[in-house]
Amino acid sequence: MLATIAQSLLAEGEHVVDSVGEGGHEALEAASWILQQGWLMPLVPAVSFFAILFFGKRLPRQGAEIGLAAVGFTFLWAVLSAFEWIGGSAVVERSTTWFSNGRFDIDVGIHVDGLTVMMFVVVTTVSALVHVYSLEYLRGDQRFTYYYAALSLFTASMLNLVVADNLLQLIVGWELVGVCSFMLIGHWWEEKPNSDAALKAFLTTRVGDVGLMLGAITLFFAVGTFNIEAINQAALSDGIRHGLLLTAACLLLLGVAGKSAQFPLHIWLPDAMAGPTPVSALIHAATMVVAGVYLVARTYGVFFEGFSIDSGGINLLALTGGVTLFIAAALAFVQHDIKKVLAYSTVSQLGYMIAALGVGAWTAAVFHLFTHAFFKALLFLGAGSVSHAAHHTFDMREMGGLRKYMPRTFWTFIIGTVALAGIPPLAGFWSKDEILLGAKEGDFGTILILGSIGAFMTACYMGRTVFLTFFGEYRGHGTPHESPGLITVPLMILAVPSLLIGLINAPGIEKFNDWVAFHVPDVTFHLEHHDFDPGLALISTVIAVFGFAVATWVYYWQKAPKGLLERQPVRAVHTFLEQKYYLDHIAVSGIAAGTAGPIARGTYWINQHVIDGIVNGVGVATNRFLAPFTYDVLDQELVDGMYDDIAGATSAVGGLLRKAQSGLIQRYALVLFAAVGAGGAALAYLT
Amino acid sequence: MEWFDSWGLTLAIFLPVAGAAAILVVPRADEATQKLVALLFTGATLAVSIGLLADFDYDRASGLQFEVNKSWIDVINSRYHIGLDGISLPLLVLSAVVTLLCVVYSWDHFPEPHNPKAFLALMLLLETGMIGTFAAQDLILFFIFFEVVLLPMYFMIGVWGGPNREYAAIKFFLFTLFGSALMLLSFLALYFKSDPHTFDIVALSQPGVLEMSKGVGSLIFAGMFLGFGIKVPMFPFHTWLPDAHTEAPTVGSVILAAVLLKLGTYGFIRVALPILPDAAEDWAPVIGTLAVIGIIYGALACLAQTDMKRLIAFSSVAHMGFVMLGIATLTDFGINAAVMGMVAHGLITGMLFFLAGSLQERYGTREIARLGGLLKSAPRLGWILGFTAMASLGLPGLAGFWGEFPAILSAYQPAAALSEVWFRVFMVVAAIGTVLAAGYLLYMYQRVAMGAVPAEWEDAHIHDVHTPEWIAWTPLLIGILVIGIFPALIFEMTDPAAQVVTKVFGG
Amino acid sequence: MYLNQYLFLAAVLFCIGVYGVLSRRHAVLVLMSVEIMLNAVNINLIAFSVHIQEVSGQVFALFVITVAAAEVGVGLAIVILIYRNLASPYLDQVDSLKG
Repeated sequence: MLATIAQSLLAEGEHVVDSVGEGGHEALEAASWILQQGWLMPLVPAVSFFAILFFGKRLPRQGAEIGLAAVGFTFLWAVLSAFEWIGGSAVVERSTTWFSNGRFDIDVGIHVDGLTVMMFVVVTTVSALVHVYSLEYLRGDQRFTYYYAALSLFTASMLNLVVADNLLQLIVGWELVGVCSFMLIGHWWEEKPNSDAALKAFLTTRVGDVGLMLGAITLFFAVGTFNIEAINQAALSDGIRHGLLLTAACLLLLGVAGKSAQFPLHIWLPDAMAGPTPVSALIHAATMVVAGVYLVARTYGVFFEGFSIDSGGINLLALTGGVTLFIAAALAFVQHDIKKVLAYSTVSQLGYMIAALGVGAWTAAVFHLFTHAFFKALLFLGAGSVSHAAHHTFDMREMGGLRKYMPRTFWTFIIGTVALAGIPPLAGFWSKDEILLGAKEGDFGTILILGSIGAFMTACYMGRTVFLTFFGEYRGHGTPHESPGLITVPLMILAVPSLLIGLINAPGIEKFNDWVAFHVPDVTFHLEHHDFDPGLALISTVIAVFGFAVATWVYYWQKAPKGLLERQPVRAVHTFLEQKYYLDHIAVSGIAAGTAGPIARGTYWINQHVIDGIVNGVGVATNRFLAPFTYDVLDQELVDGMYDDIAGATSAVGGLLRKAQSGLIQRYALVLFAAVGAGGAALAYLT
Repeated sequence: MEWFDSWGLTLAIFLPVAGAAAILVVPRADEATQKLVALLFTGATLAVSIGLLADFDYDRASGLQFEVNKSWIDVINSRYHIGLDGISLPLLVLSAVVTLLCVVYSWDHFPEPHNPKAFLALMLLLETGMIGTFAAQDLILFFIFFEVVLLPMYFMIGVWGGPNREYAAIKFFLFTLFGSALMLLSFLALYFKSDPHTFDIVALSQPGVLEMSKGVGSLIFAGMFLGFGIKVPMFPFHTWLPDAHTEAPTVGSVILAAVLLKLGTYGFIRVALPILPDAAEDWAPVIGTLAVIGIIYGALACLAQTDMKRLIAFSSVAHMGFVMLGIATLTDFGINAAVMGMVAHGLITGMLFFLAGSLQERYGTREIARLGGLLKSAPRLGWILGFTAMASLGLPGLAGFWGEFPAILSAYQPAAALSEVWFRVFMVVAAIGTVLAAGYLLYMYQRVAMGAVPAEWEDAHIHDVHTPEWIAWTPLLIGILVIGIFPALIFEMTDPAAQVVTKVFGG
Repeated sequence: MYLNQYLFLAAVLFCIGVYGVLSRRHAVLVLMSVEIMLNAVNINLIAFSVHIQEVSGQVFALFVITVAAAEVGVGLAIVILIYRNLASPYLDQVDSLKG
């Protein structure tokens, strides 16, 4: 698929056409050369994947160098692209026919605009740092080479997903990142929980993919092409019936919920933490899980019109996001595993993004995606560093006091935490604030309230995590130590954007709005951008600080009333949360086990006993009844009887005749002479 | 090459049977020569097929090429009429490839009771039947080749099969024969209803050749439906398949899954739809319903399996459901998807049966519960199994996806005469089938390949992939990947031909 | 010369031969009776040969004599074998051709 892009674009350069809009040709001329070569982004890591797979083992660093080189290249290219884009390049639209089917030509192509370039930067930055980090973290792993091959494949698929100009190509990338996620979650498949988690992740997202596929098909037939820009144009210019648009939007939302871990399909993401920590940072925090958010942002025309987002109130998209951000944040409180806290936090933050898209705050959602990628990757890698130091455990009950042993990890982790909690001027504040602002201005009261509560909870559970991990006394065994440079340097690098990147959309600067915007040519559609609201910002800051304060009160000073957890209503809520709202039970024991167990067995029983039973029954009946009747009565008595009679008659005649054959020569001679005599007499008589 | 244009196809059909005759001449004890002869003849057949592929004029893929039309049985006006178009060409090449790979695979390990001479001769005979069916353009010729396939497979299962082989072989034989009988009846009815009387598929497909009432047409279609549907196999005529697959020797399973099942679906596309378009429109909802039932049903039955080979066999029921769904839409999209699905299923399921056979050879069992840790004991084998399972569950970028997704897509908008609502329901059900497919394949993969090595096999030496296995499998694996990346390779051939088939349905 | 007389003699001889073949039990006697029948035929051949002035009849008679000699040779050999096996020269005891 990637090779196709390359091959077709190289070989048929002159056929490269702009598939939508009239402005395209101008755009192609004005577009920067760097951006036009956007197809290189997925291709290079794809080549690297095969190279590592086939030659990796023979290289001195077991293939990691190929992966590093490839991802390094894509990172540089992403940075160059970002500069070119900021420098004023036009949107790049290049495509060529992939195959023709029926009356339709299915294209493969690239679409590079601000959103794409932003995703380039996010994916390649985190991927490059994870590549470096893994050198140390997975040192000596028995499947080191395969790990790097999978990372390369993941990077290629993810970049293909973001660069795709049509839904089909996007689906290809979408499914491939899913497989990479499967491979990497199950990286240590010797233990069954790991492979179970991998299966759960794949199957849950696959349920969502049904929606994605059907949604894409619906749009394809409504518009006559998979091209995303054409779909957006049609959706925004009333080219598609509203009912159809709503159906498509709901179906796509199912896909989004699967991939971006939205309620109720979020259950796979915490389990996915079974994979190596750098993978969690890359796939399950910064990139793959935001694919759903990216999809909504990319096909925003469909969602905007389908859910009538401009009418305010509430809609399915916003509701999904709002519910998810709240329930996931609540779950983060009862986790003992530091990675699971972060996983639920990721789910919650993804909920913010979806909710933002649901309230029409497109830029806010994308901006949050952007900032979140950095600080959440930082937090995950920090958690990995902690576990690396503390005897490979992620259980916070066996940590504590690590502040003294690993200062670099501690400080970077704090930066990530503060950024996530949304305290100015760190990255998370600006993007979360924009989301709340969007909810307020868009007249989505429910989302505003849920979002504010979520902000409080976020600060609170992150405070809990920090205090349990880094403060107090060390509760594990052995002596913890700071991680080596290959681990801490990526942390420090990530700390920089976590600190500062939010400022690019701070009041007075507000560059992000210009760089990344939802723009569909030839359609008059404008998303309102709301000005910074100091009042709201102040409130959200206070909420976050209050959250920290509560966490400090409970977990640092331990001033909570003793036995609070034992009291009945609290106890019940706690149990309910610990059981993850029983959703996992319903999904795993109910739906999955039910299908694989009774339903499948029942079907097979029907197969063996009913359908095959009929076949065998016909066989047996033929054998037992029809066959004996045919044989004994029809064949033996009637037909064979007749033949027997004929044979009997013949035999009887033979018996008579054989008496004539006495064996006595003279009797034969007598007959002979008699016959001659008779013949002679007859002759004489006749003549 | 004029000579090749007129003789190439005939050569491809009869080279294998000549090979079978040549093997019979070789003394029984001289196994090396027998294998060499088989390799030589299947290789030559493949070379001819590649020649056909290369010489094929892709701009005229809609019409018949390499056409030969000579008088054969004048009394009933049946002619030796063969030819290739974009639909039959990929299937012909698939048959040639698979047979050659099967010969290579069985190089050192013929199933008990050994006897390579008979085994190889049967395989070559089988190849003639398969290639002939894909090339035939005359109903009688088609029927003969269709039936030629039956006997070698019966013996393969019945002689070289597993413990329950006799039951399986007889079930296979009777089921197919039952269908064939009705099919022959339909063919004869077509002959007598046509004016002038003819068995020629091309002639019968012309409008105005067949004069009959709607009811008669529907009945004739029913006969063919049974004949082809049993071969596919469609729910509820599928029960011969798991037994046949479970008992058949590895190579038999591979050929059965990779090519034999396609004879049925090919028959629908080549014979049933073009000749009886009106009846096809009446029957399409029935076919569609049975197809999606098959998808869900096959997948659920898979989840209940404990035997790996049986699981793969049931997965064939599900996958052929997608193919039939594509056909039932009566659109060019659907037919393209069906042919792609046939090729992809041939490569992928053929590969899965190879793997199941190799596992059985190594472990002596196919019980999923007893296996485990394959990735540890024989990593390459494990990775290949993973790759193939991923391909089978319809991962984009691999061949299986292009059979599944377009089939689901085509159901959104079936031919004008069909009910959109019904087919959209089919579409949703089929899409749910993809989740189940992922479920049973990954479930199988997790239990077979992942996890620690069970105590039973801890000391056992599990050999990783052998050389003959590499040679036999590499082309399939490459095929799966390349077709997945460049689906145009197949669609380019099938698309023009599919448009010809569906023109009558307003597609 | 009257042809009838020769034919009458031949007929009588032939009848004697037939009677002998059918009625005698002893194998040698049966053989001799066969010879008598053959000679009756010879007489007929020669008589007709003279009557129609054609030599070929006499040539046939010579052939018949030769064949008869051979026949007796073979016949006697068979008789001796039968005698050796059954210790009896009587034909009514030889019924091994019985069906």
